[in-house]
Amino acid sequence: MNAVVSSLRHPRVAFGALVLLALVVAAAGAPWLSAHDPLEQDLLNSFQSPGVAGGDHVHPLGTDSLGRDILARLIYGARPALIVAFVAALFAGLLGTALGLVAGYFGGRLDAAISRLVDIWMSFPSVLLCIVLAAVLGAGLHTVVIAIIVIDWTRFCRVVRAETMVQKSHDYVASAVTIGLAPGRILVSEILPNVAPLLLTLFTLEMGIAIVVEAILSFVGLSVSSGVPTWGGLIQEGRLYVNQAWWLMAAPMACIIVAVLGLNALGDGLRDAIDPVQSR
Amino acid sequence: MSINYLLKRLLWALPTLVGVAVVVFVLVRVVPGDPIAMMLPPGATADDVGRLRALYGLDAPIAKQFVVWMGDVLRGNFGTSISLRDGVGSLVLSRLPATLELVLVAVAAACALAAVAAVGAVFFRGRWPELVVDGVTGLVLAIPDFLWGLLFILVLGVLLPWLPISGRIDPTLDFDPATGFYLAETLVRLQWTTFIDLLRHMLLPALALALPLAAALTRVLKGSLIDAMNQDYVTLVRVKGYSKARILWRVALRNALIPTVTLTGVQFSFLIGGTVLIEYLFSYPGIGNLAIAAVNQRDLPLIQGLVLTFAVLFILTNLVVDMAYSILDPKVRQA
Amino acid sequence: MSALLDIRDLDLWLEARPPRRLLRRVSLQVAPGQIVGLVGESGAGKTMVSRVVLGIAPANARVTHGSVVFDGREITHLAHAQRRHLLGREIAFIPQNPMTALNPVERIEPQITDVLRMHLNLDRSAASARALALLREVHLREPEKILRQYPHELSGGMRQRVLIAIAFACKPKLVIADEPTTALDVTVQKQILQLIRELQRNSGTAILFITHDLGVVAKLCGHVVVMHGGRVLESAPASRLFASPAHAYTRALFAATPRFDRPGDALKPIPAALTQQLFEEARALDARDA
Repeated sequence: MNAVVSSLRHPRVAFGALVLLALVVAAAGAPWLSAHDPLEQDLLNSFQSPGVAGGDHVHPLGTDSLGRDILARLIYGARPALIVAFVAALFAGLLGTALGLVAGYFGGRLDAAISRLVDIWMSFPSVLLCIVLAAVLGAGLHTVVIAIIVIDWTRFCRVVRAETMVQKSHDYVASAVTIGLAPGRILVSEILPNVAPLLLTLFTLEMGIAIVVEAILSFVGLSVSSGVPTWGGLIQEGRLYVNQAWWLMAAPMACIIVAVLGLNALGDGLRDAIDPVQSR
Repeated sequence: MSINYLLKRLLWALPTLVGVAVVVFVLVRVVPGDPIAMMLPPGATADDVGRLRALYGLDAPIAKQFVVWMGDVLRGNFGTSISLRDGVGSLVLSRLPATLELVLVAVAAACALAAVAAVGAVFFRGRWPELVVDGVTGLVLAIPDFLWGLLFILVLGVLLPWLPISGRIDPTLDFDPATGFYLAETLVRLQWTTFIDLLRHMLLPALALALPLAAALTRVLKGSLIDAMNQDYVTLVRVKGYSKARILWRVALRNALIPTVTLTGVQFSFLIGGTVLIEYLFSYPGIGNLAIAAVNQRDLPLIQGLVLTFAVLFILTNLVVDMAYSILDPKVRQA
Repeated sequence: MSALLDIRDLDLWLEARPPRRLLRRVSLQVAPGQIVGLVGESGAGKTMVSRVVLGIAPANARVTHGSVVFDGREITHLAHAQRRHLLGREIAFIPQNPMTALNPVERIEPQITDVLRMHLNLDRSAASARALALLREVHLREPEKILRQYPHELSGGMRQRVLIAIAFACKPKLVIADEPTTALDVTVQKQILQLIRELQRNSGTAILFITHDLGVVAKLCGHVVVMHGGRVLESAPASRLFASPAHAYTRALFAATPRFDRPGDALKPIPAALTQQLFEEARALDARDA
């Protein structure tokens, strides 16, 4: 835990943490942060370019085809992004970690079976599977979350399995076994805490991936319905009018890029910062 | 690399293919949204729907449908597309060359970019070009191809309209293709204007596909090059009087390719999956674009056929990468 | 006769934390056509001397004093871009480990013809012919076949012969051989040594032969230089060195060598006190030269 806190001194981690914080603040405080209602249409003021003119119709990032304030839609868009990112990463992590721990610790046939499963799973063309899944399950955030979990749990599984095998060879595991602790207990209370820092970096990386997948799915029209603004949906809308109002597409893209870069930086930075602290 | 080995690999791939087929088959039949109903005009009776459903064989139990479908596939019949009213096989084949050309251009671009960046970074090790390469690589790696495609559309297609952002070819051009491989054809027939036009249309989607792969390749290649430069055979070659450039390009690079292909080989097959989104973004008429349309239309036969096609391409790409590996490493070649 | 290779008071420092002195005012001469043996334990600095001559010392090593003059030309601080015109052509190298010294992805032929074409400007066919002739000179059987093979298809002894062929290809004035037999079987060692002696006799090339094996030195070298801790302790013609070694360390080295004619003898290691004394002398030198 100390390692995590002290890693904030590294520039990449600081940047990433800042981005994450901004996301959380935007998502949680959306109603208070945005001057306008994201769903409020104002057809007289459609396609307003970004600017800070005075009065009631101030739209710092302009308006879209239906006169809706873009900044507000972006801020509200942080909600589905963050929810999907967090939930999908969490459950993909739980599933992958569980299977990875089991495969790495018990070895033998169990490991062979799980590894084979991972190999076959990873040979599915993932984008296609994602889209087919989405078509099957119908539109909605739950679809996006399930699609990400189903496709990306293998990422956690592989890494956790490798790390578990390394940890298993350490002395503290041997002593735990000699004391007579049950394997489950050993996994949870001995090995897991040592695997945890690695999980943290995977988790942040996965969040970045989840945000992109959500954007892709809403771009293709398979995420939430048009009521709730999502960044991917905003990109899709913006693409239709990209020749008249290019900022409609640029703004949500910028959000996604910053979010992904931030989360990646956080993940990479944490890994580099924590690694030398942990003695291998 | 014997024929035996190739056959064995292909055989190994079959269970995966069947597995993919089964999964997709089952999945799309759980679909909410009835493609049959979508096909008929609003005044259709339940009877009409029932007959049409029987026509497409969708009234039988799933297991039977699968067996029928597998049997057809083995005979080369991939069914008929519900939304496009044409044979799935011929639809896929008509669009496949476009995607193949796009992927090939993307692979070539990625390899060229990576070679230049990695060799440049190692040649100027410790100086600013290396830092630039590292920084740019990190940035590019973080952004997926989908976002690169959007960026290109925005910057190079709209803000600075230098390149076309949709389609494969300028429709006003006088072009009479004999095959689906437009790029190859125009090259062979020396039709330069059309060739250039095709390349201009391909440039942005191919780059969007290529950049993440190029970044990954650069990273691994750079590491492998540094390793190679520390080997005894490089010392000998230095002492033979080779120039620094020659050492890098002729000796280190050739050796560094081997571990690079091993480590990044799998990324090349990810490119195949990437075409789905990129083609959709750029309205490029390949199988990726077709796939998205098929899913949106819940066109079951077409979806199945396309997923199978992608899986086959995936497996073939991995096979080609393996072959490349054996060509590069003489020890493996003779095993 | 002026020396072909003239190293005077060479001082080499490794820029690390703390800085380490690798060579302490090393002086060494090789006359044209002479075979000089450079002996010492591992870490004595003998390989480092050759690396400075060849320009392949570690990146953070600095020559702070002294000079290396080759054929009348000062080459101490030459950059690789200039030095490489000498390398392979006038100064050649036989590496220690034949298993890793050849390019694994290239056939044998281009690894010999490259220096021929680069330095002697031979065309393709002339270079190929010369490569074939070279392989015959090093007594390799089926040289045509070997030219087409890859390094991993050859045994260690065969690869070392190829490396020797490469070294002698451009008829260099000086060949630096860095423990060329250490990595080989004893039986193969003898053959390789004979080969080197034969080639030297035929071509009149000077050889700087680096080794820790006194037996090899006795068989081959006309002049011997003994090193320890980065210093030259003794330098003398072989006959005089073996008959009456001047330095205590040289005597200890002889004593430590196992003898076939007295198999029952206990092994006599270099006395710790002697090593200690040598290190203290080195430290004193460092203080004086600082």
